[in-house]
Amino acid sequence: MNESTNNASNFVSQVDSAFVFIFGISIFFLLGITAFLVYYIIRYRKSKNPVAEHIEGNNTLEIVWTVIPTILVLAMFYYGWSGWRYQKEVPDDAIPIKTIARMWSFTFQYENGMITDTLFVPKDKAVKLDLVALDVLHSLYIPAFRVKQDMVPGKEALIWFESGREGEYDVYCAEYCGLLHSYMKSIVKVIPALQYEEMFKIDSSAIAVNNIEVDKRTAGAAVTRKYGCNACHTADGTKLVGPSYKNIMGRTRTVIRDKEEIEVVADEDYIRRSIYEPNYEIVKGYEKGLMLSYKDQVTEEEFQLLLDYFKYLSE
Amino acid sequence: MSDRTNLSFREEKGNRKGIFAWILSTDHKRIGILYLYSIVAFFLTGVVLGILMKLELLAPGKTVMDPATYNAIFTLHGVIMIFLVVVPGLPAVFGNFLLPIMIGAKDVAFPKINLLSWWIYVFGAIIALSSLFMAGGPPDTGWTFYAPYAFKTNTNMLPAVLGAFILGFSSILTGINFIVTIHRMRAPGMTWFKMPLFPWTLYGTGWIQILATPIVGITLLMIVGERVLNIGFFDPALGGDPILYQHLFWIYSHPAVYIMILPAMGAISEIIPTFANKSIFGYKAIVLSTLAIAFVGYFVWGHHMFTSGMSGTALYTFSLLTFIVAIPSAIKVFNWVSTLHKASIQLEAPFFWAASFLFVFMIGGLSGIALGALTTNIHLHDTAFVVAHFHFIVFGGVGFAFMGAIHYWFPKIWGRMYNARLATTGWMIFFIGFCTLYLPMFFLGFSGMPRRYYDYVEEFHGPNVVSTIGSWVLALGLIIILYNLIRSATKGEVATKNPWGGRTLEWTVDSPPSLENFDEIPVVTRSPYDYRKNIDE
Ligand code: HEC
Ligand code: HEM
Ligand SMILES: [Cu+2]
Ligand SMILES: [Cu+2]
Repeated sequence: MNESTNNASNFVSQVDSAFVFIFGISIFFLLGITAFLVYYIIRYRKSKNPVAEHIEGNNTLEIVWTVIPTILVLAMFYYGWSGWRYQKEVPDDAIPIKTIARMWSFTFQYENGMITDTLFVPKDKAVKLDLVALDVLHSLYIPAFRVKQDMVPGKEALIWFESGREGEYDVYCAEYCGLLHSYMKSIVKVIPALQYEEMFKIDSSAIAVNNIEVDKRTAGAAVTRKYGCNACHTADGTKLVGPSYKNIMGRTRTVIRDKEEIEVVADEDYIRRSIYEPNYEIVKGYEKGLMLSYKDQVTEEEFQLLLDYFKYLSE
Repeated sequence: MSDRTNLSFREEKGNRKGIFAWILSTDHKRIGILYLYSIVAFFLTGVVLGILMKLELLAPGKTVMDPATYNAIFTLHGVIMIFLVVVPGLPAVFGNFLLPIMIGAKDVAFPKINLLSWWIYVFGAIIALSSLFMAGGPPDTGWTFYAPYAFKTNTNMLPAVLGAFILGFSSILTGINFIVTIHRMRAPGMTWFKMPLFPWTLYGTGWIQILATPIVGITLLMIVGERVLNIGFFDPALGGDPILYQHLFWIYSHPAVYIMILPAMGAISEIIPTFANKSIFGYKAIVLSTLAIAFVGYFVWGHHMFTSGMSGTALYTFSLLTFIVAIPSAIKVFNWVSTLHKASIQLEAPFFWAASFLFVFMIGGLSGIALGALTTNIHLHDTAFVVAHFHFIVFGGVGFAFMGAIHYWFPKIWGRMYNARLATTGWMIFFIGFCTLYLPMFFLGFSGMPRRYYDYVEEFHGPNVVSTIGSWVLALGLIIILYNLIRSATKGEVATKNPWGGRTLEWTVDSPPSLENFDEIPVVTRSPYDYRKNIDE
């Protein structure tokens, strides 16, 4: 309906016309019945019509107003169903992009292994998102595209779309997923197909995340953004649900390991464990199970960048 | 002046003193009033929580509270409003007070069990709310307790779940009691089709309570088993299936919507003919549609899960059934409106509540159609559109009917009249506030604002401001209404037996009724909504 989302995806026109159809019928009935209601109240109020007529009902009317809504309702059902069937027919040549949701971020992994926190899709090409949830329920929702699919841990799910309009659109998590649910967002950027191809030619390491070149020492910051670490951590000393990275290196940490409280010094090994086996030991005062392992995701190269970055923040 | 002949049930001296004469009474009327006070107290708590949420949503970013508090508040708000307010709702209050009188009986079939169900209700409520005072704080899972998040959170979700489990028993006992009462205790001459419509809806509801509530009980026990004993039913980390949880949850919670709405429809079916001074249009059609809703309502739960990844066959079956269940609701609306044709309408507060019920209920129902259609559901599911839809149905439907019912039966319950002008003013402000509060949410949802959202982007700001202002207007209306009713309960003008000219049996007994309701059990000869003058008097 809205100009700016017109044609944003191949589903918009169909969903919106179904909506307009249903909305039209609904408004017609709402206003029609309300008009009767108001008219009767005014016309037959006691001061105007002191004696009511005795009417017990009318079988013809009952049949009429059973049959007509039945027909309309079946039409609306059909309209809704056919639009939905189209949404489920994934074209064979759709470009697969793996979409990973965890508390409270989305990350997107392309065919060549590159990972971003923003979803890039080529214009006028069918794209399918393979949805994976790592911790709890999430739901990938792109309002402008009229698509939504719940992401259930341990289950595979898929959505597809084809966007016909360059631009940036919001991506939300629609299924409640805990504390920062309303901050679990991303952006989908629809770019020309050629530019999309170009993207993969650039070095796919973290340095080039979102095509922004960054200084070596703080390159790790881009890694944290890419994997959504910043939903739980900050670099400036502020505590979120996880501790801040500020001054982390060399600090003595009180951690809980096997139900026992011990002290460890945050060195490279500790950081490595924190990222690849976060539940092996839990920093005292923080919740267990929130941070999940980044095994198979954060590469050794990226780990080194993170380490440099943490050192930089601890100077 | 009063036309009473007997001591009323309030004045009757039993063998207990003070508050015990109430909390240990097995009189269905006293139990109804106990429920009324408890439910109203919880309702007001829920309203305060709702208004706090709206205050937070006045502007993007943090307004008055942090996200953890917001998440706990919407969970508590949902749990209180659903399990403590609208599910017991009309049956527990007006069903208890009026069912026996309306069918010409002295009490319900099992008065002691009736008292027990109130006690179970209170006990369940205390357990559910105890989490507020425990370390870890109240749950932050939403009233749906979806797995696996509900198993991960460190907040106290178990007390809330156990509380809901206990409340289920209260519901089942009330259901059994009403069904038996209706089967066994109707006055001589009151055949099934001479029974008023409110008892009919209580009958439909009773069956849903008995058949659906055990499912939620079992589900909630499974949660306890999973959290306490680590048995993997629902958490994928333990080998369980989160979607199974959603099925079990909604198999109960969808019919629960009908547990709430059927008695509301029943109350409306009483109010409209009385104030129209006219027989209800299509009595049998209304009865049959009640039974149809109660029956088909069992099979539509899947419409809460259209985006969860169910199979295609399941999806369109649930979608089709959802559309089917809309038909009997539409039939009811047509019959109610037609009752006003050639009527002689008394413009009093209960009638205004009933008429505005029709309006908000239609908006709720029609917005449900957009949610029941598969392709539009995908866009609208889990957005503010759904929040608007269910508030229009549960708050608009059940809430307005409750308000109508309390204004309608007030003279019967307290034996006094309230200030009619103040009642109408309160209604009007409340109604305007209600629409201002929830209509913008349809728009927000269509524009893509997800629900359970502590914070939002600037794009959604405008409608949220309007909506928050609506919540203040609604609160003002509510204050006026409460002031009027509370004051009038003791200071109002004394009411006659039948101030509105109703034709059902409760209007033939004293206001307030005597302990045994009737001196002599009446013999019923005419249909419940026969308003022809020549028939009686
Ligand atoms: C869902 C929230 C969350 C996300 C996302 C997250 N973490 Fe954590 N992280 C935590 C919590 C909670 C702790 C403290 C408990 C513990 O020791 O596991 C923690 C601890 C840590 C620690 C140890 C900190 C210290 O002060 O001892 C490091 C290092 C760390 N995380 C790095 C990361 C990196 C790098 C990422 C992204 C690749 C990340 N985290 C993503 C929640 C998160
Ligand atoms: C003053 C009155 C009320 C206000 C201001 C209000 C406001 C709200 C708000 C802001 C939400 C959160 C929506 C979201 O998740 O984004 C909400 C949720 C909810 N409300 Fe209300 N509400 C009110 C009355 C009621 C009533 C009377 C009922 C029930 C009859 C009710 C039932 C619910 C339920 C079940 C939820 C869902 C909670 C959840 O998501 O877990 N509300 N309400
Ligand atoms: Cu999420
Ligand atoms: Cu439902």
